[in-house]
Amino acid sequence: MIIGHRKPLEEILKMLEPFDKIILAGCKGCVAVCNAGGEKEVGILASAIRLARKKDGKDIEVKEITLERQCDPEYIDQLQNVAGDHQAVLSIACGVGVQYLAERYKSTPALPGLNTDFMGGSREQGVWVERCQGCGNCVLHLTGGICPITRCSKSLLNGPCGGSSKGKCEINPDVECGWQLIIDRLKSLGLLEALYEQIMPYKDWLTSRDGGPRTITREDMRE
Amino acid sequence: MRMEYPSNVKIIRVPCTGKVDALYLLKALESGLDGVYVAGCKEGDCHYLKGNIRARKRVGYVKQILQDIGISPERVAMYNLSAAEGPRFVEIAREFTEKIRSLGPSPIRTGKGREIPRPGETAAGEKKPEGEHQAA
Amino acid sequence: MKTASRLEKVLASGAFAVTSECGPPRGSDPEVIRKKGECLKGVVDAINVTDNQTSVVRMSSIASCVILKEMGFDPIVQMTTRDRNRIALQSDILGAGALGMNNILCLSGDHQRFGDHPSAKNVYDIDSIQLIQTVHRMREEGKFINGQEIKVAPKFFIGAAENPFADPFEIRVPRLAKKAGAGVDFIQTQCIYNLDKFRLWMKGVVERGLHQKVKILAGVTPMKTVGMARYMKASVPGMDVPDAIIDRLKGAAKGKVGDEGIKICVETIQQLREMEGVAGVHIMAIEWEEKVKEIAEAAGLLPRPQV
Repeated sequence: MIIGHRKPLEEILKMLEPFDKIILAGCKGCVAVCNAGGEKEVGILASAIRLARKKDGKDIEVKEITLERQCDPEYIDQLQNVAGDHQAVLSIACGVGVQYLAERYKSTPALPGLNTDFMGGSREQGVWVERCQGCGNCVLHLTGGICPITRCSKSLLNGPCGGSSKGKCEINPDVECGWQLIIDRLKSLGLLEALYEQIMPYKDWLTSRDGGPRTITREDMRE
Repeated sequence: MRMEYPSNVKIIRVPCTGKVDALYLLKALESGLDGVYVAGCKEGDCHYLKGNIRARKRVGYVKQILQDIGISPERVAMYNLSAAEGPRFVEIAREFTEKIRSLGPSPIRTGKGREIPRPGETAAGEKKPEGEHQAA
Repeated sequence: MKTASRLEKVLASGAFAVTSECGPPRGSDPEVIRKKGECLKGVVDAINVTDNQTSVVRMSSIASCVILKEMGFDPIVQMTTRDRNRIALQSDILGAGALGMNNILCLSGDHQRFGDHPSAKNVYDIDSIQLIQTVHRMREEGKFINGQEIKVAPKFFIGAAENPFADPFEIRVPRLAKKAGAGVDFIQTQCIYNLDKFRLWMKGVVERGLHQKVKILAGVTPMKTVGMARYMKASVPGMDVPDAIIDRLKGAAKGKVGDEGIKICVETIQQLREMEGVAGVHIMAIEWEEKVKEIAEAAGLLPRPQV
């Protein structure tokens, strides 16, 4: 899922300074799963925003709505009756949601309440870790199911580097060395001898963000 | 036990403090209450195992939110005691009441603005000298 | 010879090679390089200039190498893949060739989080092994990465680094084999304090005959203080400093710790000369460059051979 976390309250409040009637839009998708932007988080953030305003003797109307998802036009449409009546939409969906809102409601500023971080999963309750960088050309079958682009800080395809120490990456003792993990996994799959000494060729970064904004199409699914 | 505790303390009973949501604490303050505290069982004695631990963490989360928006985090608090400790219950009620009294009415009621300085600023609103700020 | 490199000639002659390195300044003063070069005249067969080492901005390796070349050295241009993509790297290789350089050391490079600009964008378009392949293809086939012909292709003697003390140990020899497969000509290792572990690695290297395809230059660094030894042991990833070394330094008389460190370094070199498969030594004395001559002399490495 896409993982994000709420922006610092001070930053959000600063964004909201010009407004006193806003929609706070949550999302029941990824951000609800990582406890950043679901219905519950909408309630808490709305309350915090009102408290922050009221302490200054001012007021703000926060309409709390949680959409099924903010990455499908049908769901974004559900705000059409209320968007015009409000001065801004503060979205705590991921960056995709904010952009969908901005595109659909051209005269209502869409503000990001989250910092969207990465594609990943839960490691344990309350902890989410990065696992995929969306490079567009997956080589997980060659690396025992562990991504060298994401898990190696240097995205080496022929790792590890000389900074791998006791299974940890040189940048931080809390970060595992991606290549140590790959080697351990290849060993347990009996593939180390076969795969390790083959030199992985240059990566074609065209399929990743480096090639420019991407579009995926299923012609058979188009109307 | 028929002991007296300050009349400004209103009690809301829950089967376990694990039921207390961060939102309830925030809404309590929104409604104009000057303070709210959560009184749970002693750690290790929770009938539902970890309800009171979760409560403590949620109180901590709300304290951080209050800190970030400029309201004194001391307006919310977590206490642990056993259901049999009548005197301790009274002691807590008095202690918390005194603390809130010293803080004064909630800025939600007065509209007087921040009651704690921004990080990196002194109470008077001046920027702290660089060295100090970094030490913090 | 594959190139005009003096280092290649020395190694081919069977003589024990000596290289050292030079850290460029955090400014544009060429005198800093010249002064460091002065201490090393007649001491080394080739001299590395680091490339923004530890991700701290310094005068570029190629520029510094030009200054050293003017002084009569055969420099080794260090190139990391951290800061430049394949377009810039190939461009710099062409430029280095045009400026008369003969040696390139291919590295991944320390992550920018260590350095003075941790917010910088992380490039790593290709890795060190792919860089070796790139330089090799330029020399042997005269082609760019995309297969197109290079009009006048540069011919470099290709080096890389290897760390026998990094984890996991079991792939450190296969990793050397991988670099050999990519076309590397020589390797400089991380500085050695744990001779037993190094011997173990060399055993694996020799068993596979890799020492015949790749010339191994063993890295050494003299310890200046006990603090330095402790820091390297505790805080530098992939560094193996046995307690015995620290104890020896602690036991030295006050003011003589540096001398003891140099003594240990000389002894290490002498032991390395006896090891099968070790073709030379790479003496790294960053910010203590003036001691390299003393070390080389004490270890019997001077004068350098005429080739």
